[in-house]
Amino acid sequence: MANFADLHPPLSDHEALVAADRCYFCHDAPCMEACPTTIDIPLFIRQIATHTPEAAARTILTQNILGGMCARVCPVETLCEEACVRMSAEEQPVEIGRLQRFATDRLMAAGPQPFERAASTGKRIAVIGAGPAGLSCAHRLAMYGHEVTVYDARSKPGGLNEFGIASYKAVDGFAAREVEWLLGIGGITLELGKALGKDLSLDALTEEYDAVFLGLGLTDTNKLGIPGEELEGVVDAVDWIADLRQAEDLSTVPVGNDVVVIGGGMTAIDAAVQAKLLGAESVTLAYRRRREDMPASRFEQDLAASKGICLLFNATPAEIRGEGAVAEIEFTRTGTDARFTLTADQVMKAIGQKLGAALGLETDGRKIAVDGTGRTSREGVWAGGDCASGGEDLTVTAVAEGRDAAEDIHAKLMGEG
Amino acid sequence: MADLTTDFLGIKSPNPFWLASAPPTDKEYNVRRAFEAGWGGVVWKTLGEAGPPVVNVSGPRYGAIHGPDRRLLGLNNIELITDRPLEVNLEEIARVKADYPDRALVVSLMVPYDEKAWQEILARVEETNADGVELNFGCPHGMAERGMGSAVGQVPEYVEQITRWVKKHYQRPCIVKLTPNITNILAPARAAKNGGADAVSLINTINSITSVDLDNMAPEPTIDGMGTHGGYCGPAVKPIAMNMVAEIARSPDTAGLPISGIGGVTTWRDAAEFMALGAGNVQVCTAAMTYGFKVVQELISGLSQWMDEKGYGSTADFVGAAVPKVTDWQNLNLDYVTKAEIDQDLCIKCGRCYAACEDTSHQAIAMGEDRTFTVKDEECVACNLCVNVCPVEGCITMRELRPGELDPRTGMTIPEDKRTWLQHPNNPGADPLACIVRGQ
Ligand SMILES: Cc1cc2nc3c(=O)[nH]c(=O)nc-3n(C[C@H](O)[C@H](O)[C@H](O)COP(=O)(O)OP(=O)(O)OC[C@H]3O[C@@H](n4cnc5c(N)ncnc54)[C@H](O)[C@@H]3O)c2cc1C
Ligand SMILES: Cc1cc2nc3c(=O)[nH]c(=O)nc-3n(C[C@H](O)[C@H](O)[C@H](O)COP(=O)(O)O)c2cc1C
Ligand code: SF4
Ligand code: SF4
Ligand code: SF4
Repeated sequence: MANFADLHPPLSDHEALVAADRCYFCHDAPCMEACPTTIDIPLFIRQIATHTPEAAARTILTQNILGGMCARVCPVETLCEEACVRMSAEEQPVEIGRLQRFATDRLMAAGPQPFERAASTGKRIAVIGAGPAGLSCAHRLAMYGHEVTVYDARSKPGGLNEFGIASYKAVDGFAAREVEWLLGIGGITLELGKALGKDLSLDALTEEYDAVFLGLGLTDTNKLGIPGEELEGVVDAVDWIADLRQAEDLSTVPVGNDVVVIGGGMTAIDAAVQAKLLGAESVTLAYRRRREDMPASRFEQDLAASKGICLLFNATPAEIRGEGAVAEIEFTRTGTDARFTLTADQVMKAIGQKLGAALGLETDGRKIAVDGTGRTSREGVWAGGDCASGGEDLTVTAVAEGRDAAEDIHAKLMGEG
Repeated sequence: MADLTTDFLGIKSPNPFWLASAPPTDKEYNVRRAFEAGWGGVVWKTLGEAGPPVVNVSGPRYGAIHGPDRRLLGLNNIELITDRPLEVNLEEIARVKADYPDRALVVSLMVPYDEKAWQEILARVEETNADGVELNFGCPHGMAERGMGSAVGQVPEYVEQITRWVKKHYQRPCIVKLTPNITNILAPARAAKNGGADAVSLINTINSITSVDLDNMAPEPTIDGMGTHGGYCGPAVKPIAMNMVAEIARSPDTAGLPISGIGGVTTWRDAAEFMALGAGNVQVCTAAMTYGFKVVQELISGLSQWMDEKGYGSTADFVGAAVPKVTDWQNLNLDYVTKAEIDQDLCIKCGRCYAACEDTSHQAIAMGEDRTFTVKDEECVACNLCVNVCPVEGCITMRELRPGELDPRTGMTIPEDKRTWLQHPNNPGADPLACIVRGQ
């Protein structure tokens, strides 16, 4: 479906050279500081400018093994590109994200992942969750020569890269290809369809393995807690997106004519945009607070608006009505008694995900509590990514946390930490 | 990854990238940080005689030429040699060398034309355990007015004499740094060789005025209303430097003399080019001064990627590889014909090629109704101007006509064998037999 073409098309060689030429090679570069995985951005851009994109890719992947996916999905407008000094100079940052994609695409097209495994250490580590956090952790551990088993409850690896990220951000099965490529390092065994809490227990895992890393993500969703939530046509946006991502034929994905999406984050935007792209007549995104409070960036808001989505602010859902199936939804103007109603034959809830189970570990807020290196309250158990405290819920943050936990696990197991 | 380890005059360094004698190497603090950043070696900022050190200006000492987006293309300076006491420098050199035994540390020197002066400073340098010395016969300003620097470098006899003194009083390698401010670089290179130099390094900076302040009517940098010529360096001087390196590498009487290539090295590619033309290693100043020490990381990664791609196991495998291909004009094949070709998919229809060719060259580019630009083979002399002015890299390329193909411009069929000016019928001094053989 042409509608689902690449959001940011890849740069041609000429575009890449022109874009790279704009980088100042800043000292202690602010963009680098703003990248959760601290990629050496000035260096990799210089490597592109000097016609060695493969070297550039190595610079990127050393810090972030999912640099290919991050180049596609990072909200760069709130991360590296926001910090770029050319934002202050001309409000036109160096196109870091697209340059990152240029380099990583080049290297990935040329062959296998470029890292070698160290000699076997004989240590065995269980990683639960094959999302960005788990994969990044597993790759780093494999690089150090450890033997890693990655368990995931789903039938496919990739976590939200595979099941959540909007289809126009990672076209042509990129998520699956990237996982395949990453596993090329060797030393990583994938065990799919194995759920912790069902098929596996933390006690057994800590018993069997030298260390356990939890990259579980957030498997539960928040409820609206208003009348009508159980009506047919009221869906969880993440589930709906997962179905969309896995659909062989997009025309089979159920989409309403009048779609109302409730929420204000990336999931809400992605659901709204994709509903529109699938052919919904009208899509309204209703957020309960002001525009300035919206977690989705201005770039994403504008993206939604450009697709014809109506953004509604200060709208608190009060009641969903309909005979068996949803027909309309009533809101209050946040903080007032004023009420209004929208026609809706599909309501998508995108009001946040939460941790499935804390597995007896200490929590911090609603997440598994970890220290700066990912250690949980239980000896021998580390956690990172969306399920763990600290950092934003982003792919790149998950990669950083998985990598850092791997470094700590390695140091601990080799008696250095 | 390719092994970048380089052996230059028996001085080993983990890579061929040395910092040239200049502010980046003027003190221990800088040099330690440079080594931490990955530089393979340094030539310490030029030391002068013991006693009160030279005094620098305290107003601006640099001028610059910028490209679009303020990219620094050329830098000039009116700085002198080190203005710190000799003793301090020597102590620092000894300390740094002791802490970084695997890096090259060469000491640059400039003292008056007097054997005793050289003997004295060499003895002091020897005590630091530095790997060698570089004789600065290059600085074109200030020191030259005092009979040193380029004032020596421009007189081959002085070059030879001082080199002899140095070789007599110092056991380790001696590199002679040449000034480009001379009509023929071979003269001082020969003198250095005759004097016993182990190597030459080039180029030092070029006499220059980078800009004029049109309000105060004074050259820049301006010191209290007045200015002087300074030494020019940076990317802009690379072509001049590379030609001089190549001349020394290919001239029969200087060929084989080791060369340290300097002048505008900014990327791995610049370094590879200098080395292909015969430089055993390269020295860098302006690129470090523009981008900081970290720039060496790109030099390292780029050179090793290229070496891997080409299958070069060590830098020695390609040093000098292009030297046999550098020749005199008269040896070029005049029957070799290429034609410009425009890739219509890459062309953005700016018309720069057309303006250049139509106005100033051979009217060999046609402009269609819809701004389609095409090359007229019957007019194209293959001058390459369009290739050089086109803003899109790789959009215009040169296609080589194969033997047997017709050149529509001359009506000539490309012959199998080649014909240079030495055999050309238009050359009154040509060998007539060459034409008879070809049936003309
Ligand atoms: C719709 C949507 C769009 C998003 N878009 C973006 C975006 O554009 N850019 C961005 O940076 N971020 C985006 N995010 C956020 C990003 O996807 C997450 O932050 C990131 O995937 C977190 O990685 P993770 O590895 O912690 O968890 P996940 O990617 O959620 O992976 C967790 C894995 O653990 C498995 N698992 C969970 N519980 C168990 C169990 N008990 N036993 C075994 N396996 C288990 C799951 O099956 C899953 O494979 C989006 C999120 C959503 C929901
Ligand atoms: C500010 C400045 C000071 C320099 N001082 C010296 C010096 O003391 N001794 C010397 O041999 N060369 C000196 N040079 C010349 C450099 O070592 C080098 O030969 C020249 O800059 C060309 O290299 P580049 O294009 O990489 O800068 C100086 C250059 C600059 C810019
Ligand atoms: S801040 Fe911008 S200009 Fe500076 S290094 Fe980063 S990308 Fe380049
Ligand atoms: S570079 Fe440093 S020393 Fe030079 S003028 Fe600027 S602040 Fe002063
Ligand atoms: S200069 Fe290059 S891009 Fe411009 S018209 Fe000519 S061929 Fe096309």
